[in-house]
Amino acid sequence: MSAPFFEYGAFGEAASLGVALIIGIAFGWFLERSGMGSARKLAGQFYLRDLTVFKVMFTAIVTAMLGAFWLGWLGILDLTRVYVPETFLAPQLVGGLIFGAGFAMGGLCPGTSCVSAATGRLDGFAVVMGMLAGVLVTGIFFRPLQAFYESTPRGSFTLPQLLGVGEGVVVLGVVLLAIAGFRGAEALEQRASRTRSE
Amino acid sequence: MSATVVARGGSEALALRGTMSRVAQSYSNPYLAGFGLGLVLLAAFVLMGRGLGASGAFASVAAAVSSSVSPETTRSNDYFARYLGPPGAPRIDWLLIELIGATIGGFVSALFAGRLRLSIERGPRITDASRLRFAFMGGAVMGVGAVLARGCTSGQALTGGALLSVGSWLFMGAAFAAAYAVAPSLKKAWT
Repeated sequence: MSAPFFEYGAFGEAASLGVALIIGIAFGWFLERSGMGSARKLAGQFYLRDLTVFKVMFTAIVTAMLGAFWLGWLGILDLTRVYVPETFLAPQLVGGLIFGAGFAMGGLCPGTSCVSAATGRLDGFAVVMGMLAGVLVTGIFFRPLQAFYESTPRGSFTLPQLLGVGEGVVVLGVVLLAIAGFRGAEALEQRASRTRSE
Repeated sequence: MSATVVARGGSEALALRGTMSRVAQSYSNPYLAGFGLGLVLLAAFVLMGRGLGASGAFASVAAAVSSSVSPETTRSNDYFARYLGPPGAPRIDWLLIELIGATIGGFVSALFAGRLRLSIERGPRITDASRLRFAFMGGAVMGVGAVLARGCTSGQALTGGALLSVGSWLFMGAAFAAAYAVAPSLKKAWT
Protein backbone atom coordinates (compact mmCIF):
# COMPACT_ATOMS: atom_id res chain seq x y z
CA MET A 1 0.00 0.00 0.00
CA SER A 2 1.76 3.17 -1.11
CA ALA A 3 -0.82 5.36 -2.82
CA PRO A 4 -2.05 8.11 -2.56
CA PHE A 5 1.63 9.08 -2.67
CA PHE A 6 1.17 12.61 -1.33
CA GLU A 7 -0.94 11.37 1.58
CA TYR A 8 1.77 8.84 2.44
CA GLY A 9 4.48 11.50 2.37
CA ALA A 10 6.26 10.41 -0.81
CA PHE A 11 6.60 14.08 -1.76
CA GLY A 12 5.95 17.43 -0.09
CA GLU A 13 3.87 20.58 -0.60
CA ALA A 14 6.23 22.17 -3.14
CA ALA A 15 6.32 19.07 -5.34
CA SER A 16 2.52 18.77 -5.03
CA LEU A 17 2.20 22.11 -6.82
CA GLY A 18 4.32 20.74 -9.66
CA VAL A 19 1.97 17.76 -9.79
CA ALA A 20 -0.97 20.21 -9.85
CA LEU A 21 0.48 21.97 -12.89
CA ILE A 22 1.13 18.75 -14.82
CA ILE A 23 -2.26 17.23 -13.96
CA GLY A 24 -3.88 20.53 -14.92
CA ILE A 25 -2.11 20.65 -18.29
CA ALA A 26 -3.28 17.10 -19.06
CA PHE A 27 -6.82 17.99 -17.89
CA GLY A 28 -6.97 21.04 -20.19
CA TRP A 29 -5.41 19.08 -23.05
CA PHE A 30 -8.13 16.39 -23.04
CA LEU A 31 -10.92 18.95 -22.59
CA GLU A 32 -9.72 20.86 -25.65
CA ARG A 33 -9.09 17.68 -27.68
CA SER A 34 -12.70 16.59 -27.19
CA GLY A 35 -14.09 19.99 -28.20
CA MET A 36 -15.25 20.93 -24.71
CA GLY A 37 -13.80 24.42 -25.18
CA SER A 38 -16.60 25.14 -27.66
CA ALA A 39 -19.76 26.61 -26.11
CA ARG A 40 -21.94 25.67 -29.09
CA LYS A 41 -20.78 22.08 -28.88
CA LEU A 42 -21.57 21.99 -25.17
CA ALA A 43 -24.94 23.70 -25.66
CA GLY A 44 -25.73 21.03 -28.27
CA GLN A 45 -26.04 18.65 -25.32
CA PHE A 46 -29.12 20.50 -24.09
CA TYR A 47 -30.83 20.37 -27.51
CA LEU A 48 -29.88 16.70 -28.03
CA ARG A 49 -27.90 17.51 -31.18
CA ASP A 50 -24.40 16.82 -29.89
CA LEU A 51 -23.96 14.61 -26.83
CA THR A 52 -20.17 14.99 -26.55
CA VAL A 53 -20.49 16.35 -22.98
CA PHE A 54 -22.29 13.25 -21.79
CA LYS A 55 -19.94 10.88 -23.61
CA VAL A 56 -16.75 12.54 -22.40
CA MET A 57 -17.98 12.98 -18.83
CA PHE A 58 -19.30 9.48 -18.39
CA THR A 59 -16.30 7.81 -20.04
CA ALA A 60 -14.07 9.79 -17.66
CA ILE A 61 -16.21 8.92 -14.62
CA VAL A 62 -16.31 5.22 -15.50
CA THR A 63 -12.55 5.10 -16.22
CA ALA A 64 -11.56 6.80 -12.96
CA MET A 65 -14.17 4.86 -10.97
CA LEU A 66 -12.99 1.48 -12.29
CA GLY A 67 -9.34 2.45 -11.86
CA ALA A 68 -9.84 3.53 -8.25
CA PHE A 69 -11.97 0.46 -7.51
CA TRP A 70 -9.45 -2.02 -8.93
CA LEU A 71 -6.36 -0.29 -7.50
CA GLY A 72 -8.14 -0.29 -4.13
CA TRP A 73 -9.04 -3.97 -4.48
CA LEU A 74 -5.42 -4.83 -5.37
CA GLY A 75 -4.26 -2.98 -2.26
CA ILE A 76 -2.26 -0.42 -4.25
CA LEU A 77 -4.49 2.60 -3.54
CA ASP A 78 -5.77 3.27 -0.02
CA LEU A 79 -9.24 4.59 -0.79
CA THR A 80 -9.75 5.73 2.81
CA ARG A 81 -7.10 8.38 2.09
CA VAL A 82 -8.77 9.66 -1.09
CA TYR A 83 -10.95 12.65 -0.23
CA VAL A 84 -14.60 12.04 -1.11
CA PRO A 85 -16.51 15.35 -1.51
CA GLU A 86 -18.80 15.64 1.51
CA THR A 87 -22.55 15.52 1.02
CA PHE A 88 -24.88 18.36 2.04
CA LEU A 89 -28.19 17.34 0.48
CA ALA A 90 -30.22 20.59 0.30
CA PRO A 91 -27.46 23.02 -0.76
CA GLN A 92 -26.14 20.58 -3.36
CA LEU A 93 -29.61 20.06 -4.81
CA VAL A 94 -30.36 23.79 -4.97
CA GLY A 95 -26.79 24.67 -5.98
CA GLY A 96 -26.98 22.08 -8.74
CA LEU A 97 -30.25 23.52 -10.08
CA ILE A 98 -28.83 27.07 -10.14
CA PHE A 99 -25.57 25.84 -11.65
CA GLY A 100 -27.35 23.95 -14.43
CA ALA A 101 -29.38 27.01 -15.41
CA GLY A 102 -26.18 29.06 -15.62
CA PHE A 103 -24.48 26.29 -17.62
CA ALA A 104 -27.24 26.34 -20.27
CA MET A 105 -27.12 30.14 -20.38
CA GLY A 106 -23.34 30.46 -20.73
CA GLY A 107 -22.77 27.21 -22.63
CA LEU A 108 -19.61 26.45 -20.63
CA CYS A 109 -18.83 25.22 -17.15
CA PRO A 110 -16.07 26.77 -14.99
CA GLY A 111 -13.28 24.43 -16.14
CA THR A 112 -14.22 24.46 -19.81
CA SER A 113 -14.62 28.26 -19.76
CA CYS A 114 -10.88 28.55 -18.99
CA VAL A 115 -10.05 26.23 -21.89
CA SER A 116 -12.44 28.16 -24.16
CA ALA A 117 -10.80 31.48 -23.22
CA ALA A 118 -7.34 29.99 -23.74
CA THR A 119 -8.22 29.04 -27.32
CA GLY A 120 -9.14 32.64 -28.16
CA ARG A 121 -12.88 32.60 -27.58
CA LEU A 122 -14.02 35.87 -26.04
CA ASP A 123 -17.34 34.36 -24.91
CA GLY A 124 -15.30 31.86 -22.89
CA PHE A 125 -13.47 34.76 -21.28
CA ALA A 126 -16.83 36.39 -20.45
CA VAL A 127 -17.95 33.18 -18.68
CA VAL A 128 -14.68 33.19 -16.70
CA MET A 129 -15.26 36.79 -15.58
CA GLY A 130 -18.93 36.09 -14.81
CA MET A 131 -18.05 33.04 -12.75
CA LEU A 132 -15.50 35.07 -10.79
CA ALA A 133 -18.08 37.81 -10.19
CA GLY A 134 -20.69 35.27 -9.11
CA VAL A 135 -18.38 33.58 -6.60
CA LEU A 136 -17.15 36.94 -5.30
CA VAL A 137 -20.64 38.37 -4.74
CA THR A 138 -21.96 35.12 -3.21
CA GLY A 139 -18.92 35.03 -0.94
CA ILE A 140 -19.44 38.65 0.16
CA PHE A 141 -23.07 37.91 1.03
CA PHE A 142 -22.24 34.53 2.55
CA ARG A 143 -23.52 35.24 6.07
CA PRO A 144 -27.27 35.02 5.33
CA LEU A 145 -26.61 31.89 3.22
CA GLN A 146 -24.42 30.14 5.76
CA ALA A 147 -27.17 28.31 7.67
CA PHE A 148 -28.50 26.87 4.40
CA TYR A 149 -24.97 26.13 3.13
CA GLU A 150 -24.30 23.99 6.21
CA SER A 151 -27.73 22.34 6.36
CA THR A 152 -28.52 18.62 5.81
CA PRO A 153 -24.91 17.41 6.27
CA ARG A 154 -24.29 13.73 5.60
CA GLY A 155 -20.48 13.78 5.74
CA SER A 156 -18.65 11.40 3.44
CA PHE A 157 -21.69 9.55 2.13
CA THR A 158 -21.49 7.18 -0.84
CA LEU A 159 -23.99 5.45 -3.09
CA PRO A 160 -23.12 1.96 -1.71
CA GLN A 161 -23.96 3.29 1.78
CA LEU A 162 -27.18 4.89 0.55
CA LEU A 163 -28.35 1.77 -1.28
CA GLY A 164 -27.00 -0.67 1.31
CA VAL A 165 -25.22 -2.79 -1.31
CA GLY A 166 -21.57 -3.60 -1.96
CA GLU A 167 -19.32 -1.16 -3.81
CA GLY A 168 -18.86 -3.64 -6.66
CA VAL A 169 -22.61 -3.70 -7.29
CA VAL A 170 -22.77 0.09 -7.61
CA VAL A 171 -19.67 0.15 -9.83
CA LEU A 172 -21.26 -2.43 -12.14
CA GLY A 173 -24.52 -0.47 -12.09
CA VAL A 174 -22.78 2.77 -13.13
CA VAL A 175 -20.96 0.94 -15.95
CA LEU A 176 -24.22 -0.57 -17.25
CA LEU A 177 -25.96 2.81 -16.96
CA ALA A 178 -23.13 4.45 -18.90
CA ILE A 179 -23.24 1.83 -21.68
CA ALA A 180 -27.00 2.24 -22.00
CA GLY A 181 -26.49 6.03 -22.01
CA PHE A 182 -23.84 5.82 -24.77
CA ARG A 183 -26.15 3.73 -26.96
CA GLY A 184 -28.95 6.21 -26.37
CA ALA A 185 -26.64 9.13 -27.12
CA GLU A 186 -25.57 7.65 -30.46
CA ALA A 187 -29.19 7.02 -31.43
CA LEU A 188 -30.22 10.57 -30.48
CA GLU A 189 -27.37 12.10 -32.49
CA GLN A 190 -28.28 10.04 -35.56
CA ARG A 191 -31.88 11.15 -35.28
CA ALA A 192 -30.81 14.80 -34.87
CA SER A 193 -28.56 14.69 -37.95
CA ARG A 194 -31.34 13.04 -40.00
CA THR A 195 -33.80 15.77 -38.99
CA ARG A 196 -31.30 18.47 -39.95
CA SER A 197 -30.50 17.01 -43.35
CA GLU A 198 -34.17 16.66 -44.32
CA MET B 1 -8.86 41.57 -36.21
CA SER B 2 -12.59 41.44 -36.06
CA ALA B 3 -14.03 38.53 -34.16
CA THR B 4 -15.08 35.67 -36.37
CA VAL B 5 -18.19 33.67 -35.68
CA VAL B 6 -18.67 29.96 -35.79
CA ALA B 7 -21.83 29.87 -37.81
CA ARG B 8 -22.23 26.11 -37.61
CA GLY B 9 -20.33 24.54 -34.75
CA GLY B 10 -18.37 21.45 -35.63
CA SER B 11 -15.60 20.37 -37.88
CA GLU B 12 -16.97 21.54 -41.22
CA ALA B 13 -17.03 25.18 -40.12
CA LEU B 14 -13.62 24.85 -38.53
CA ALA B 15 -12.20 23.32 -41.69
CA LEU B 16 -13.77 26.10 -43.77
CA ARG B 17 -12.24 28.81 -41.61
CA GLY B 18 -9.02 26.84 -41.45
CA THR B 19 -8.48 27.41 -45.18
CA MET B 20 -7.75 31.02 -44.24
CA SER B 21 -4.67 29.82 -42.38
CA ARG B 22 -3.79 26.21 -41.70
CA VAL B 23 -6.43 23.55 -41.62
CA ALA B 24 -7.88 22.93 -38.16
CA GLN B 25 -8.03 19.30 -37.11
CA SER B 26 -11.38 17.91 -36.12
CA TYR B 27 -11.95 17.02 -32.50
CA SER B 28 -10.95 13.66 -31.01
CA ASN B 29 -13.26 10.75 -30.54
CA PRO B 30 -15.23 11.67 -27.36
CA TYR B 31 -14.80 8.22 -25.81
CA LEU B 32 -11.04 8.34 -26.36
CA ALA B 33 -10.76 11.86 -24.93
CA GLY B 34 -13.01 10.85 -22.04
CA PHE B 35 -10.78 7.85 -21.34
CA GLY B 36 -7.75 10.18 -21.26
CA LEU B 37 -9.60 12.54 -18.94
CA GLY B 38 -10.50 9.61 -16.69
CA LEU B 39 -6.83 8.57 -16.49
CA VAL B 40 -5.92 12.14 -15.50
CA LEU B 41 -8.55 12.02 -12.74
CA LEU B 42 -7.27 8.61 -11.63
CA ALA B 43 -3.70 10.00 -11.56
CA ALA B 44 -4.93 12.76 -9.24
CA PHE B 45 -6.44 10.13 -6.91
CA VAL B 46 -3.26 8.02 -6.93
CA LEU B 47 -0.74 10.86 -6.66
CA MET B 48 -2.61 13.34 -4.46
CA GLY B 49 -5.54 11.55 -2.81
CA ARG B 50 -7.88 14.15 -4.28
CA GLY B 51 -9.63 14.82 -7.56
CA LEU B 52 -9.84 17.62 -10.10
CA GLY B 53 -11.58 20.95 -9.60
CA ALA B 54 -12.25 24.37 -11.06
CA SER B 55 -14.62 26.42 -8.92
CA GLY B 56 -12.31 26.19 -5.89
CA ALA B 57 -9.69 28.06 -7.91
CA PHE B 58 -12.23 30.79 -8.64
CA ALA B 59 -12.97 30.98 -4.90
CA SER B 60 -9.25 31.44 -4.17
CA VAL B 61 -9.05 34.31 -6.63
CA ALA B 62 -12.28 35.84 -5.28
CA ALA B 63 -10.92 35.61 -1.72
CA ALA B 64 -7.67 37.27 -2.82
CA VAL B 65 -9.60 40.07 -4.58
CA SER B 66 -11.77 40.59 -1.50
CA SER B 67 -8.69 40.54 0.75
CA SER B 68 -6.90 43.16 -1.33
CA VAL B 69 -9.85 45.52 -0.79
CA SER B 70 -10.59 44.68 2.83
CA PRO B 71 -8.33 42.16 4.61
CA GLU B 72 -10.24 42.23 7.93
CA THR B 73 -13.72 41.58 6.56
CA THR B 74 -12.34 38.83 4.31
CA ARG B 75 -10.68 37.07 7.23
CA SER B 76 -13.90 37.23 9.27
CA ASN B 77 -15.88 35.88 6.29
CA ASP B 78 -16.38 32.16 6.90
CA TYR B 79 -16.49 31.37 3.18
CA PHE B 80 -13.40 33.34 2.09
CA ALA B 81 -11.31 32.69 5.22
CA ARG B 82 -10.55 29.08 4.29
CA TYR B 83 -9.15 30.21 0.93
CA LEU B 84 -6.69 32.61 2.60
CA GLY B 85 -3.30 31.56 3.89
CA PRO B 86 -2.07 32.16 7.42
CA PRO B 87 -1.71 35.92 8.10
CA GLY B 88 1.25 37.38 6.25
CA ALA B 89 2.01 34.30 4.17
CA PRO B 90 0.41 33.91 0.76
CA ARG B 91 -1.28 30.56 0.31
CA ILE B 92 -0.79 28.93 -3.07
CA ASP B 93 -3.86 26.89 -3.74
CA TRP B 94 -3.43 23.45 -5.37
CA LEU B 95 -6.59 23.91 -7.44
CA LEU B 96 -5.50 27.33 -8.67
CA ILE B 97 -2.23 25.88 -10.01
CA GLU B 98 -4.18 22.97 -11.50
CA LEU B 99 -6.60 25.33 -13.28
CA ILE B 100 -3.73 27.49 -14.58
CA GLY B 101 -2.30 24.22 -15.90
CA ALA B 102 -5.65 23.38 -17.54
CA THR B 103 -5.64 26.76 -19.26
CA ILE B 104 -2.10 26.13 -20.56
CA GLY B 105 -3.05 22.58 -21.62
CA GLY B 106 -6.09 23.86 -23.52
CA PHE B 107 -3.98 26.48 -25.26
CA VAL B 108 -1.23 24.03 -26.26
CA SER B 109 -3.75 21.46 -27.51
CA ALA B 110 -5.53 24.08 -29.65
CA LEU B 111 -2.18 25.36 -30.93
CA PHE B 112 -1.08 21.90 -32.09
CA ALA B 113 -4.48 21.27 -33.69
CA GLY B 114 -4.60 24.63 -35.50
CA ARG B 115 -7.67 25.64 -33.52
CA LEU B 116 -6.44 28.88 -31.93
CA ARG B 117 -8.62 31.72 -33.19
CA LEU B 118 -9.89 34.97 -31.74
CA SER B 119 -13.65 34.54 -31.97
CA ILE B 120 -17.02 34.87 -30.31
CA GLU B 121 -18.96 31.64 -30.50
CA ARG B 122 -22.71 32.16 -30.61
CA GLY B 123 -25.93 30.92 -32.12
CA PRO B 124 -26.83 32.29 -35.57
CA ARG B 125 -29.75 34.37 -34.30
CA ILE B 126 -28.14 36.59 -31.66
CA THR B 127 -25.56 39.37 -31.78
CA ASP B 128 -22.02 39.18 -30.44
CA ALA B 129 -22.94 41.64 -27.70
CA SER B 130 -25.87 39.60 -26.43
CA ARG B 131 -23.79 36.41 -26.57
CA LEU B 132 -21.21 38.07 -24.34
CA ARG B 133 -23.96 39.25 -21.98
CA PHE B 134 -25.43 35.74 -21.79
CA ALA B 135 -21.94 34.32 -21.21
CA PHE B 136 -21.21 36.69 -18.34
CA MET B 137 -24.65 36.17 -16.78
CA GLY B 138 -24.40 32.41 -17.16
CA GLY B 139 -20.99 32.48 -15.50
CA ALA B 140 -22.32 34.57 -12.62
CA VAL B 141 -25.30 32.24 -12.07
CA MET B 142 -22.94 29.23 -12.10
CA GLY B 143 -20.81 31.01 -9.52
CA VAL B 144 -23.76 31.21 -7.12
CA GLY B 145 -24.59 27.54 -7.70
CA ALA B 146 -20.99 26.37 -7.33
CA VAL B 147 -20.58 28.15 -3.99
CA LEU B 148 -23.77 26.56 -2.59
CA ALA B 149 -22.96 23.11 -4.00
CA ARG B 150 -19.28 23.22 -2.91
CA GLY B 151 -18.05 22.56 -6.42
CA CYS B 152 -18.89 22.31 -10.08
CA THR B 153 -18.71 19.89 -12.98
CA SER B 154 -15.07 19.09 -12.13
CA GLY B 155 -15.02 18.87 -8.35
CA GLN B 156 -18.51 17.43 -7.91
CA ALA B 157 -19.69 15.72 -11.10
CA LEU B 158 -16.37 14.22 -12.29
CA THR B 159 -14.48 13.71 -9.03
CA GLY B 160 -17.37 12.98 -6.67
CA GLY B 161 -19.11 11.04 -9.43
CA ALA B 162 -16.16 8.65 -9.82
CA LEU B 163 -15.93 8.30 -6.02
CA LEU B 164 -19.67 7.56 -5.85
CA SER B 165 -20.49 10.48 -3.53
CA VAL B 166 -24.25 10.85 -3.01
CA GLY B 167 -24.08 14.67 -2.95
CA SER B 168 -22.08 14.73 -6.18
CA TRP B 169 -24.59 12.55 -8.03
CA LEU B 170 -27.39 14.69 -6.63
CA PHE B 171 -25.58 17.79 -7.92
CA MET B 172 -25.06 16.22 -11.34
CA GLY B 173 -28.70 15.18 -11.66
CA ALA B 174 -29.96 18.59 -10.53
CA ALA B 175 -27.59 20.47 -12.86
CA PHE B 176 -28.57 18.49 -15.96
CA ALA B 177 -32.28 18.63 -15.05
CA ALA B 178 -32.14 22.41 -14.68
CA ALA B 179 -30.13 22.84 -17.89
CA TYR B 180 -32.71 20.82 -19.86
CA ALA B 181 -35.55 22.71 -18.16
CA VAL B 182 -34.25 26.17 -19.15
CA ALA B 183 -32.83 25.16 -22.58
CA PRO B 184 -36.14 25.66 -24.50
CA SER B 185 -36.37 29.26 -23.28
CA LEU B 186 -32.79 29.86 -24.43
CA LYS B 187 -33.36 28.39 -27.88
CA LYS B 188 -32.87 31.71 -29.64
CA ALA B 189 -29.41 32.05 -28.10
CA TRP B 190 -28.12 28.72 -29.41
CA THR B 191 -30.06 27.50 -32.45
